[in-house]
Amino acid sequence: MAAARSPKKSNTSKEELLKFYREMLLIRRFEEKAGQLYGMGLIGGFCHLYIGQEAVVVGLEAAADERDSRVTSYRDHGHMLACGMDPKGVMAELTGREGGYSKGKGGSMHMFSTEKRFYGGHGIVGAQVPIGAGLAFADKYLETGGVNFAYFGDGAANQGQVYETYNMAQLWELPVIFVIENNQYAMGTSVQRSTKSPSLWERGAAYGIKGEEVDGMDVLAVKAAGEKAVKHCRDGKGPYILEMKTYRYRGHSMSDPAKYRTREEVQKIREEKDAIEHVRDLILQGKHASEDDLKAIDKDIKGIVSEAADFARESPEPALDELWTDIYA
Amino acid sequence: MATEILMPALSPTMEEGTLAKWLVKEGDEVKSGDILAEIETDKATMEFEAVDEGTVGKILIGEGTEGVKVNTPIAVLVEEGESAEDIETSSSSSASGEGSSSDASHAKIDDTDTAKPMSSQPAASIPEPEPVEDPEIPEGTEMKTQTVREALRDAMAEEMRADDTVFLMGEEVAEYQGAYKVSQGLLDEFGAKRVIDTPITEHGFTGLATGAAMGGLRPIVEFMTFNFAMQAIDQIINTAAKTRYMSGGQMSVPVVFRGANGAAARVAAQHSQDYAAWYAQVPGLHVAMPYSAADAKGLLKTAIRGDTPVVFLENELLYGHSFEVPVMDDYTVPFGKARIWQKGDDVTIVSFGIGMKYALEAAELLGKDGISAEVIDLRTLRPMDTKTVIESVKKTNRCVTVEEGWPVASIGATISSVLMQEAFDYLDAPVITCTGKDVPMPYAANLEKHALVTTEEVVEAVKTVTYK
Repeated sequence: MAAARSPKKSNTSKEELLKFYREMLLIRRFEEKAGQLYGMGLIGGFCHLYIGQEAVVVGLEAAADERDSRVTSYRDHGHMLACGMDPKGVMAELTGREGGYSKGKGGSMHMFSTEKRFYGGHGIVGAQVPIGAGLAFADKYLETGGVNFAYFGDGAANQGQVYETYNMAQLWELPVIFVIENNQYAMGTSVQRSTKSPSLWERGAAYGIKGEEVDGMDVLAVKAAGEKAVKHCRDGKGPYILEMKTYRYRGHSMSDPAKYRTREEVQKIREEKDAIEHVRDLILQGKHASEDDLKAIDKDIKGIVSEAADFARESPEPALDELWTDIYA
Repeated sequence: MATEILMPALSPTMEEGTLAKWLVKEGDEVKSGDILAEIETDKATMEFEAVDEGTVGKILIGEGTEGVKVNTPIAVLVEEGESAEDIETSSSSSASGEGSSSDASHAKIDDTDTAKPMSSQPAASIPEPEPVEDPEIPEGTEMKTQTVREALRDAMAEEMRADDTVFLMGEEVAEYQGAYKVSQGLLDEFGAKRVIDTPITEHGFTGLATGAAMGGLRPIVEFMTFNFAMQAIDQIINTAAKTRYMSGGQMSVPVVFRGANGAAARVAAQHSQDYAAWYAQVPGLHVAMPYSAADAKGLLKTAIRGDTPVVFLENELLYGHSFEVPVMDDYTVPFGKARIWQKGDDVTIVSFGIGMKYALEAAELLGKDGISAEVIDLRTLRPMDTKTVIESVKKTNRCVTVEEGWPVASIGATISSVLMQEAFDYLDAPVITCTGKDVPMPYAANLEKHALVTTEEVVEAVKTVTYK
């Protein structure tokens, strides 16, 4: 069913399909576990789950290389897992423990990895966009050849600083890909209720920035678009915009009853557009693996996630003197 | 009737300038809009146009004359039938003629305010006592006279020479040579890659610079004034200041945000605010607010080198003011160390930035009355050298703070609280905080003067705490 959306499956290798399946499944199972730990009171505060949007980060990471950097909003767990950060360190940060990426001092929205060039995790809607352009500015200045993926949502797309950044990025030809993860709802406000713009990526035209809309539920389409955007940036042509049409299955945060949409709407997308089911179908139809093979992968992923959860529970809380460290260089 | 042409004020803070070149000569006919002369201010060379029609009857100030005060007659226009020989000018043609527009308005206020004779002086007459000690400057070091503006530029240039990752960005910093000419010459030396004119987009370029700092560079962001940084304060506080902590120490954001802060002259409420107390409250930031040129240079060099984001608060009125600066290969000033400008026994006056002007003027006047004031320049507000203040108060038993910012939750309020907690038993009088008035800055000259903290208020405060 879902596989019918990507007829050009022939040029995607078995290895790549299985990799996509694994990586997307890891994000989904991780997020389900995070939701569970939240329910148990082990995770506090804000917790924004990425379930439903997995194809976006997994497809784009497949188009990136080790020179590239990424920065995103507070819905950031998927981005961290997709760029290779350790699920244990991420989960332990969610539980506010010493073993977390920020030693428990950042939480769900504030994690970083200089090693993986993941620059957050930002809690202020839209603030990561100029930061992404700044990372691209540094890459251009230092001539690293790196490209930045600056992710933001349809809600952030109405923030003024996004357009200040578009203007500078195009003016200075910065190698930054603006990835609009249009999951259709800015918290509880649908895109239709927040703008008359027919599409968000087209706003780049006002600054001379090229872009396109992408089926963000199709990891193969995402990867293809990502490769095109990366090439544009690496060729020194400046920024590029990718508007990913995607969908989040869960609420905005854990406390969101999601009354702004119907259960049927969510269910319909899950049945018809689910990114993981899509790849699963491609794998089975192409006979790249058997049901049993996929079950083995599922089991393996479950193991990784429960190991992360165990680590996140067992890691001690940060020592009290950590309160006073890491404020100044 | 003959019309006097007066030396124009070509910026809100200009008090005098150089008559660089006459473009007309005696006997020339001019009409409104014709360019009469080129006038050099401390910021730029500007063309000066005629407003009235007539014949240039007499040129009163010759080409190349320096230090021509605003409102000095520089030439006379005559009408048909008049002769230059008949002209008697209202004041002498000397370059030191009195009466700039701002001086005139100050004089009026002083006349109506005879109870407070110690009016604040224009920037050019700020006293220049030498600080009593400076461990950063070895004995016998040669000194040179420099403006704060030049010292800041030298600090940036030296650090840019030393480290290729240092760059400057902001509005008009490159081709225009800086709105206040602080970045003069930097584009020529370092090129457009490292001296970058931005669009007018504070929120955006502040975020961009912060991202560039995360990506391995050392940006210096110039805000034309800190009033405009309010558009960008989210990035300064939520991103630059907090990222090290939020990342568990993994990330550094080595960025310097610098520019003019506080009141200039007659630019009213939206352009006249002191942000010292605002930024000083934020953990994760360092905040510097120098007074002298030497401190401006030494502190800015330290700021650029450090791995902590720094808010560096300058002052437009101080840019053109000259101080002695040590001639050293690498003069730096540490953060968190106050400078004692004057030793004294009867009272401790604590200030920073342009507040030091009032503090030092007051100390001088008090000295004449036999009151010996110790004057401390905090230099940095975060970290703040409260230790030096406490030690001083243990000796003097009295304290007055001076700042231009608003009174509520001010730097003075913080010092006062620290002294109450750390030196309560040493205090012989309550601490008095002299601040700007609790109002938006008015435009009218007389109201603006009263909105600012004044030297006489500092003198009064000292007399109150010393029961004199």
